[in-house]
Amino acid sequence: MNFDLTDEHQMLQDSLRRFLKYSCNSKTRNEALSSETGVTSDLWHAMAEMGVIGAFFTEEQGGFGGTGADIALVFEELGRANVVSPFLDSALLSGRVLAAAGELDRVADLIGGDLQLALAHGEPTSRYDLNYVRTASVNGILNGRKAVVVNALASDILIVSARTSGKVYDEAGISLYFVEKDAAGLNIQDYALIAGGHAAEVTLDNVQGSLIGEEGKGFALLKEAYAIATVAQCAETLGEMTAATELTQEYLVTRQQFGRPIATFQALAHRMSDMLIEMEQARSAVIRAAGYFESDERTRDINIHAAKNLMGRAGRLIAEESIQMHGGIAMTQEYELAHIAKRITMADHRFGDTDYHLEKFMALTQS
Amino acid sequence: MDLNYSKDDLAFRDEVRAFLAEKLTKELSEKVRLGGDLTKNDMEGWHAILNAQGWLAPNWPKEHGGAEWNAVQRHIFDDECASSHAPRVVPFGLSMLAPVLQKFGNQLQKDHWLPRILSGEDWWCQGYSEPGAGSDLASLKTKAVREGDDYIVNGQKTWTTFGQHANMIFCLVRTDSKVKQQAGISFLLIDMNTPGIEVRPIILLDGSAEVNEVWFTDVKVPVKNLVGKENDGWTYAKYLLTHERTNIAGVGFSTAGLAAVKRIAKAEMSGGKPLIQNPLFAARVAQVEIDLMAMNTTNLRIVSQAAAGGAPGVEASMLKVKGTIIRQEINDLARRAVGPYAMPFVSEAVEGSNEPLPDPHDAGPVAAQYFNNRKISIFGGSNEIQRGIIAKVKMGG
Repeated sequence: MNFDLTDEHQMLQDSLRRFLKYSCNSKTRNEALSSETGVTSDLWHAMAEMGVIGAFFTEEQGGFGGTGADIALVFEELGRANVVSPFLDSALLSGRVLAAAGELDRVADLIGGDLQLALAHGEPTSRYDLNYVRTASVNGILNGRKAVVVNALASDILIVSARTSGKVYDEAGISLYFVEKDAAGLNIQDYALIAGGHAAEVTLDNVQGSLIGEEGKGFALLKEAYAIATVAQCAETLGEMTAATELTQEYLVTRQQFGRPIATFQALAHRMSDMLIEMEQARSAVIRAAGYFESDERTRDINIHAAKNLMGRAGRLIAEESIQMHGGIAMTQEYELAHIAKRITMADHRFGDTDYHLEKFMALTQS
Repeated sequence: MDLNYSKDDLAFRDEVRAFLAEKLTKELSEKVRLGGDLTKNDMEGWHAILNAQGWLAPNWPKEHGGAEWNAVQRHIFDDECASSHAPRVVPFGLSMLAPVLQKFGNQLQKDHWLPRILSGEDWWCQGYSEPGAGSDLASLKTKAVREGDDYIVNGQKTWTTFGQHANMIFCLVRTDSKVKQQAGISFLLIDMNTPGIEVRPIILLDGSAEVNEVWFTDVKVPVKNLVGKENDGWTYAKYLLTHERTNIAGVGFSTAGLAAVKRIAKAEMSGGKPLIQNPLFAARVAQVEIDLMAMNTTNLRIVSQAAAGGAPGVEASMLKVKGTIIRQEINDLARRAVGPYAMPFVSEAVEGSNEPLPDPHDAGPVAAQYFNNRKISIFGGSNEIQRGIIAKVKMGG
């Protein structure tokens, strides 16, 4: 057993951390937050050039990585630097759907940094259920509504799931389509997200789509892509939790009240200790989810559900305690922690929340 | 023992309900329910309606134009207002400054300032906290130096809620820096339009602009605006804090919040069933409901004691801690309930426009409320300070 990074991973981590430290600060983030689409193209292209997007795909898919470990490493660094950019949705989630469907030309564009994507799958009443699709396709003509589609406005083309057979909760009968942004009948109602970036409500009124992969077999591709995206989300949150914990630790030893640093009050010191203990637990959960990603499906899924559940609980603790122990200053938009806490909390609303993954974990481990 | 309201209490409750049904507009209550930012006009308008009824100052004695309700009546009123989504009465003049003036102010001050609080002529804000003096309030540094008939004030206050609306601020200032911290503080009333005062907004993490920094540079304050005696301000500040704690448990907010969570969870689907039937989510809701039921009774026990003449002391600290934990838990449930629709930043709702919201729950910006209400366990004496008070009172030291 060996928990050290490989030499290659160590190099990637070092260079990524150095680059992000240099190129991401509150100024660039505020630019991203207030930009019209939530994407800053300079950062995107620079990261693509560094090979960051290539690390999301295997060699057969045109990349040079693609394992759980590769992806977790990149996203932890993105989280640590509080980057607001749609790498998760545009490059990883959408990209892995296309890679699995054999759309390798598009993947090459993506790796080069020349393509923005959005996966329009969730619907207003699907909550976190991956198998729920009401949007219907009849001979490639799509009708329905997709909810909270991250990066829809900035995307060059949409990937849309639609039902070609079966009932709304059936896994079989879900198909995937490309939909052009200027397609007739397509409406994108864009809005900003609380934790940065943009999403949209996408309505499809007799919109022409073009089939991706095999008809009716979309669920397997979605499940696989959501699995790796969940690992990435956990890793990103881990990075953000690390940043929040470091800020809080620093604040406790610097902030003076009653004539001494507030870290010397045991009531706070013990809670800081609890945060540090949970951070170790969170790191282990992410290491497991990433490390078992290439195992059999059951082992993989058990560890992903465990990680997302644990990150939901530990993330809430870290975000809330960081704010509470800072006091009022953490409530201000200007202070870094406010932004970090929002990202940690909102991660619980992506790819299934704490309870969703607890249920899935229970279902897999009760027998 | 009788767990029920008396006949008189029930009659009072019916009177309050009838009043709210008649005077609270749907437009205003919907804005409150959806967590929209109320304008100064919204708040002043509601104050005027209450004042016309004689209900704006429930805690004031009748001689000053108050309703002089007992604690149970005040509790009933707060409860009914919260469950019908009435705007919260802005407390700074009415329930914070006024009791101090009534107890420690001179006759001229009472005659001048109290009627103006009721009429809405003055909008008061609070100048207590400073960047370096939060939990350790007595370490405040804003200085007032006597020069003839004036004090000259220099320094900075922070977290001043609605400072942007206020024309008056009551401040704790240091008038003696050579004595023990608590013994050198005075209580001053300052006109916000005096030269040398600058108000700078602080944007909170949910994007709201309700708190401010207030800067004082050589601000002249007439000595007649000193409340009580010079250097006795800490006593008045502590007296004020006991009044800041009326309705501290926030039972009404929590009751309304829990009802909203259930409403959302009945509409939201999870795995083909309403979310409220999901055992994990239902358990979370049930647990907080159990806590809230008990706290409601804890609150009533303490409140009826106060009505009978007892003063809420350490119990107020207990209610603050438990009350904020429950409210925050309900905020957390609301954000969980809406699922992915917690993510949009619904600025339209915050600004009170009529744009259709993207989420199908009609729930308002629940995530923004979750983040905004992280403040309730920080302000008014953080929960850590409250726990310290409880421990000190119960165990000494």
